[in-house]
Amino acid sequence: MSVEVETPAAVARDPRRPDPRPLPLVFERSGEGKIGYSLPPLDVPDTIGIPEALCRAEVAGETQISEVDVARHFTRLSQRNFSIDQGLYPLGSCTMKHNPRTNEEMARLPGFAAAHPLAPEALSQGTLELAWLLERALAELTGLPRVTLQPSAGAQGELAGILLVRKALERTGRARKTVLIPDSAHGTNPASAHFAGYTVRELKSNPRGTIDLDVLEKAMTDDVAALMLTVPNTLGIFEDKILDIARIVHAKGGYLYCDGANFNAYVGVAKPGLMGIDVMHMNLHKTFSTPHGGGGPGSGPVAVTQSLVPYLPRPTVERRADGTFFLDYDRPESIGRLRTFLGNYGMFVRALSYIAAYGNRIGEVARGAVLNANYIRAGLSGVYHLKYDGPSMHEVVFSDKKQSELGVSNVDIAKRLMDYGFHPPTMSFPLIVHGALMIEPTETEGKPVLDAFIKAMREIARECEESPDLVRGAPHTTPVKRVDEVGAARNLVLRWRP
Amino acid sequence: MNPEDLRYADSHEWVRVEGDVGTIGITDHAQKQLGEIVYLELPEVGHMYDAGDEFGTVESVKAVSELFTPVSGEVVAVNKGAVGEPGIINDDPFGDGWLIKLKLSTDVEIGKLMSAEAYGEYVAAEEQEK
Repeated sequence: MSVEVETPAAVARDPRRPDPRPLPLVFERSGEGKIGYSLPPLDVPDTIGIPEALCRAEVAGETQISEVDVARHFTRLSQRNFSIDQGLYPLGSCTMKHNPRTNEEMARLPGFAAAHPLAPEALSQGTLELAWLLERALAELTGLPRVTLQPSAGAQGELAGILLVRKALERTGRARKTVLIPDSAHGTNPASAHFAGYTVRELKSNPRGTIDLDVLEKAMTDDVAALMLTVPNTLGIFEDKILDIARIVHAKGGYLYCDGANFNAYVGVAKPGLMGIDVMHMNLHKTFSTPHGGGGPGSGPVAVTQSLVPYLPRPTVERRADGTFFLDYDRPESIGRLRTFLGNYGMFVRALSYIAAYGNRIGEVARGAVLNANYIRAGLSGVYHLKYDGPSMHEVVFSDKKQSELGVSNVDIAKRLMDYGFHPPTMSFPLIVHGALMIEPTETEGKPVLDAFIKAMREIARECEESPDLVRGAPHTTPVKRVDEVGAARNLVLRWRP
Repeated sequence: MNPEDLRYADSHEWVRVEGDVGTIGITDHAQKQLGEIVYLELPEVGHMYDAGDEFGTVESVKAVSELFTPVSGEVVAVNKGAVGEPGIINDDPFGDGWLIKLKLSTDVEIGKLMSAEAYGEYVAAEEQEK
């Protein structure tokens, strides 16, 4: 794909152009008597018997605004925003990949978009079949027999996965109290385990940034329900001892949970089920290209091994011998429902569209993501410090170690990147890398964009040496300059009107 | 820079012992690493902790970190001032930025913590690892 890249010169502000005025809030555009709709006159009585005492005479502070003002307001806001449709969005671990437009077209087909969730089974065969097909596709890709599509996002998927483990252990009379999580895991893992009622024990990574088998062996007692492993971990490093890890966990009767938010690093190349993973969530809004970051909603399906199938959330989508589909509520061992209806259904359509578009070549997604991350790594090594230098998968984690010696932090570098027309990477995460700059280009980008990004990052490293104040004062070209993050957090203002 | 009369934990908390009460805070190194602190959560008086337990969280614009008590005991005081104005931890980590006071369950744990000098070396070694 060829993408035009804005050079710093093109982005730099034209001195003849006045600074953009601050945008008024939508409330400030309100004007007495403006309306954005027109309804036909009532042909029924205009009261429905609500007692007078309960009725408000007027709505205080109601925004009165015309349709054109609303349209302009939000269009202007969107023009000042930055999105994947404008340029590289290398937010590590967030997998901000392109959302193919054909997926949007599929999701807008009236048969899907207008389907009523309470329509009878006979009229819902198409929607049920699509959910069934997506489950089959995800089961094939994970190498695990069944998948629930219900979870609304990754964190709910994590919770669902751990609740499945908990139920399975309780059912078999082996209730446990602890979940192990390495310090290189996604930050939501400890919260999910805690939410499911477990005590969390952190495992310290070895100097390579992966699981230390000796540490795991010692920590893996009869009281451990599961190890929650992010694969590849947040350093972008694959747990190459995964089979040993699975053996240690299974030997003590525990379950191996995989945080599959980074599945895009090996989808179509390797199957988690063959690695000994028992339960795994995926993010349709990451690996399978459905929109997120404000464009969502998310979707976090969970794939499970055979022994966890009885506990899956109900209803499941099943196929009868005659080829028709139905919702199976008759699952007495289920952990219950996670949310209304089937889940965020529009995302199922988009994800299946993406998977179908690649077909058997879906491994190209992972190969492209890994190649791109390593291309950036090679282009910036020596310029930015790399604490863990094992082979990178889909993302690479640099730090500001060299630049902090010049008094410039990762925050300054990230802000300066905006002046070069790129979205900043993920920062200060994972916590085991101080001053982290976590970069994930995804498979979306072609070489010209990656080269421009590398050039910008090298340029910023040079600026840190030659004119650190320029970097510390960034961004200089955005509609809003450096915001006071500390002031905003310490003095919360949550209301426009005091 | 690390006061000589305090004892230090590898999780970057300090303890000052006066009689059977230990005052706990985070070190100057810890506050520098966190950056400007914007939020602090501390327990209620009366809570019991074992050494190594998490007793609260501290949040900067960069990250949320847990606070661990290096010693066991019952909470007898919390620094409400620091909860209201968490910036005080940045300004005076060894003084007005203290966090909680514990009535110590035992006096043997304190001996296992680091001296100011040992902690200084520990931080230097950690910096090397970065």
